[in-house]
Amino acid sequence: MFELYSLVILMIVGSLVAIHTKYLLSAVISLSLVGLILCVVFLYLQAPDTAITQTIVEVIALVILIRAVPIKKDTMGIKGAKETFSAIVTTIFLVLFAFFAYKALLDLPQFGFPLMTVSEGYIRDGLVKTGSANIVTAVLLDFRAYDTLGEATVLFTAILGAIVVLRKVGRK
Amino acid sequence: MKENKGMTLIVKTVIKFLAPIVILFGIYMILHGHLTPGGGFPGGVVIASAFILLTLAYGKEVAEKKMKRSLASLLESTGALFFLILAVLGIFIGGWFFSNFLPKGEPLKLLSAGFIPLANIAIGLKVGGGIFAVFLALVIFRIAGEGGEEQK
Repeated sequence: MFELYSLVILMIVGSLVAIHTKYLLSAVISLSLVGLILCVVFLYLQAPDTAITQTIVEVIALVILIRAVPIKKDTMGIKGAKETFSAIVTTIFLVLFAFFAYKALLDLPQFGFPLMTVSEGYIRDGLVKTGSANIVTAVLLDFRAYDTLGEATVLFTAILGAIVVLRKVGRK
Repeated sequence: MKENKGMTLIVKTVIKFLAPIVILFGIYMILHGHLTPGGGFPGGVVIASAFILLTLAYGKEVAEKKMKRSLASLLESTGALFFLILAVLGIFIGGWFFSNFLPKGEPLKLLSAGFIPLANIAIGLKVGGGIFAVFLALVIFRIAGEGGEEQK
């Protein structure tokens, strides 16, 4: 558990740096640090499929953010009375959130227990019912193929929208 | 003039040798999706990343010769249609949407698990084409934006 906690703390530090740094490039890099540590977390929790997807998507997102965003522009901070106001509001909301999250998290079961009650059936019958040795693929493309179709539709629509918005042909 | 496009000679030479291997790894990941970790989505993104490497190293023109944006969009639509056709074929042959109508075969062999490898190929085509198309769109948009700023 100690390794997991230290990795999660590193992720929180990375996202804090991404928010508070002045330069866009270092914000992008610390944001991708969060994603890459998430890959290590997935590997530590023994989910290689998710770790592979996370690694590749994170690297592609880093490349796209660095190449496609005009990185030379730097962020502008908010100064003066607005800064004090936003700091006070943020503190109030953080305290409220921490209080109610603590109340809610008390009711949650312990991390990792009970072990695999929902997925027991898939692990037992997956190979027989689908013939797929990789149980993750069996769930993604056989038991829950309808969800995969929805995910594919979302990706298709997103890419369609991006291409339509960024098109050059027919735009003056 | 042509030599100045893209990155330096070292990067170009490395990527010349690296890009085929990356594409091969993506194809392996897609075809063995039902046996080893991986599958259609990461495999497709790996193949797209090989073309993104080519675009970054050699410039947009050379990469457009290898894989046009229209071709990438076409591949994406083909993959999506192929996946839907597989799902609808399940109604007619197996009885319900997304029923696994092909024979299961022997586990741990390449030709097993019914239609799961076919669905992996469809998703790989879709994701690879889509990611590369959106990358090209973003890069072209950025170049056009920079040109506009220079004119002012």
